[in-house]
Amino acid sequence: MATMYKYDDYDQTMVDARVAEFRDQTARRLAGDLTEDQFKPLRLMNGLYLQLHAYMLRVAVPYGTLSGAQMHMLATIARKYDKGYGHFTTRQNIQYNWIQLKDAPDILADLATVEMHAIQTSGNCIRNISSDQFAGVAADEVVDPRPYAELLRQWSSFHPEFSYLPRKFKIAVIASDEDRAAMRLHDIGIQMVEKDGALGAKFFAGGGMGRTPMIGPCVREFVPVDELISFSEAVLRVYNRYGRRDNKYKARIKILVHEMGIDAFRAEVDAEYEKMQPLDLEPPRAELKRIEAFFAPPAYEAAEDGYDLSDPDFAIWAETNLFPHKVPGYAAATISLKPVGGIPGDASADQMDLIADLAARYSMDEVRVTHAQNLVLPNVKQADLYALWQELDGAGLAPANLDRASDIIACPGLDYCSLANARSIPIAQRLAERLAPVERRLGDLQIKISGCINACGHHHAGHIGILGVDKKGVESYQLLLGGSAAEDVSLAKITGPGFDEHGIVDAVETVTNLYESERQDGERFLDTYRRLGMAPFKEALYG
Amino acid sequence: MAEQQNNKGSWPRYRDDAPVNSPAVTLEAFVEQPDAVAVRIEPGADVRELIPHLGRIKLVEIGFPVFGDGRNYSAARILREEGYQGEIRAEGDVLLDQIAFMRRCGVDSFAPAEPIAAEAAERALGFWPEVYQPAADARTPIWAKRHG
Ligand code: HEM
Ligand code: SF4
Repeated sequence: MATMYKYDDYDQTMVDARVAEFRDQTARRLAGDLTEDQFKPLRLMNGLYLQLHAYMLRVAVPYGTLSGAQMHMLATIARKYDKGYGHFTTRQNIQYNWIQLKDAPDILADLATVEMHAIQTSGNCIRNISSDQFAGVAADEVVDPRPYAELLRQWSSFHPEFSYLPRKFKIAVIASDEDRAAMRLHDIGIQMVEKDGALGAKFFAGGGMGRTPMIGPCVREFVPVDELISFSEAVLRVYNRYGRRDNKYKARIKILVHEMGIDAFRAEVDAEYEKMQPLDLEPPRAELKRIEAFFAPPAYEAAEDGYDLSDPDFAIWAETNLFPHKVPGYAAATISLKPVGGIPGDASADQMDLIADLAARYSMDEVRVTHAQNLVLPNVKQADLYALWQELDGAGLAPANLDRASDIIACPGLDYCSLANARSIPIAQRLAERLAPVERRLGDLQIKISGCINACGHHHAGHIGILGVDKKGVESYQLLLGGSAAEDVSLAKITGPGFDEHGIVDAVETVTNLYESERQDGERFLDTYRRLGMAPFKEALYG
Repeated sequence: MAEQQNNKGSWPRYRDDAPVNSPAVTLEAFVEQPDAVAVRIEPGADVRELIPHLGRIKLVEIGFPVFGDGRNYSAARILREEGYQGEIRAEGDVLLDQIAFMRRCGVDSFAPAEPIAAEAAERALGFWPEVYQPAADARTPIWAKRHG
């Protein structure tokens, strides 16, 4: 049994109610009683987006945790209603790109049978809450962050006041100093911390990517754990009342925080928070305890660290794709969805079924989705690693490239997205082909590609970022350097004039070559860039 | 539930007292007119300016010039948090699929630009047997029922 939250009758009632409501709304739309304009916010709040060729459905994977049964259902949906594929996204969700409107209510009904939904996965509302893919496993966490994400999930679901916000609203919750969830690039970023033996949250607000990337500043150093909801409510109310609505490109909370200044923003939040104190908005401690109990550590077996590395291919995978587990004798294994030449984040229905089976056999029935569009088996006994790897390898699921050059984040781009200026996927494919042969040498390198300024592919946060732009009707690509979504968060800077689709691949190789010749002991690409600055890279590119 | 009439037809009202028929004046005018009992709040206005005057208000009309502008959901809820018990009427681009959320924020009558039939309203409100969070209505959140 997976270590995860399980619905009670109340949760199931809510999800079933949503299916019934959406079935009714879809019927009214198909009958012409709702205009497309009126239907749009309703379908968006159920994750249904209109793309270039068809509807896209985004299914929520709360804080990235899936059971085997849920993964099997995702495979079934891919087969039944899509073309046999699903696409794991940068917010730990899954998207289907070939959905028909008439099928959407049935898909939601199928999802509801395994405690899943597409609630608030798009639209101007509080979106699915993301977290650390190694929650519950990482030795450096203060606490498993997922119970707090679940508490927030329930609070934010069908929130009557915050369903017509100025713009979408994304929350991430982590619980360690290492940030594996791009927490500071969220509208609200929460880091669970301990102060004088008490658990609480360090609260950041106003981060985000898009056309105006911002790193979220701290709003409050310590919010006690049983005030999380009221404090969130206060932040959201300030945003709902004062966030800009005159220009959708300036409507995210980051612009409000930036324009007000963090001190004025904090003062507004504090004032609102004061007013909320007597309102009894906070679930009782018992509710938090109830949720926490679902995430109690599973029954690990006593085991020693260590495993046989005599197969050199396995050794490379193990060196690259494993994350140390807090329990001796276990490891968390990343299944890379970035085969060279593939579409980053794509998995076939057969692969999903296999991963679900492997999770049941080797990982206490649990799978995680990462914001880098990979999957994780969080609870693998080290003694089983070799057998697991062999099965993954047989299915094309064992690229040994976690955080390497070919582990690229890319948005759908011009192949699917109506807003795109340029293709992202083919650039990712060409780059992976070029760099995969040398990626072990290059070490930790994060390349992120967006097909337009909306930055769905996180290019601002790439060690190397690529942004597709439209130059007089021709696809062109800008190169950015020096971003990071981790605890050393920074925004990448544009190198200079853009490149065509072949030139951009050469340009990336030029900067990685410079890195290789200039790097000092143990430096990552990002460290070398930070030490040297932009000038030598510019010189190599344009000089 | 009662219904009221306006020139566009009927609209749902969830109060037993008699509807206020004096026109809702602007916030600016209201503050100047000590005998006014009905006031209109536009999305950008600060509803907290009404707090000193709540005792004499019988109707607050909150405007929704476009349905996507959600500021007045906060306005309604703030009025209820401050103890206001008079009528809160949502006026404008108010759609069937929004009235359940508006009810939860404390709105208790509707004057939609496009009429909403009473049965349709009942049906829309009926989809939600439970709620996850407390708001300005009397509904008990799921967490309270769990630990009742
Ligand atoms: C059909 C068009 C679009 C597609 C296919 C698309 C795709 C995506 C995907 C896959 C994600 C990760 C979402 C998740 O997992 O929840 C994402 C996130 C994001 N999208 Fe889009 N998107 C589209 C339109 C837009 C638009 C219109 C904007 C803004 C105007 C936008 C801005 C963003 C941003 C900024 C993020 C993540 C970064 C952040 O939090 O700021 N996208 N998008
Ligand atoms: S970044 Fe642009 S091209 Fe890529 S998915 Fe987002 S909106 Fe589309």
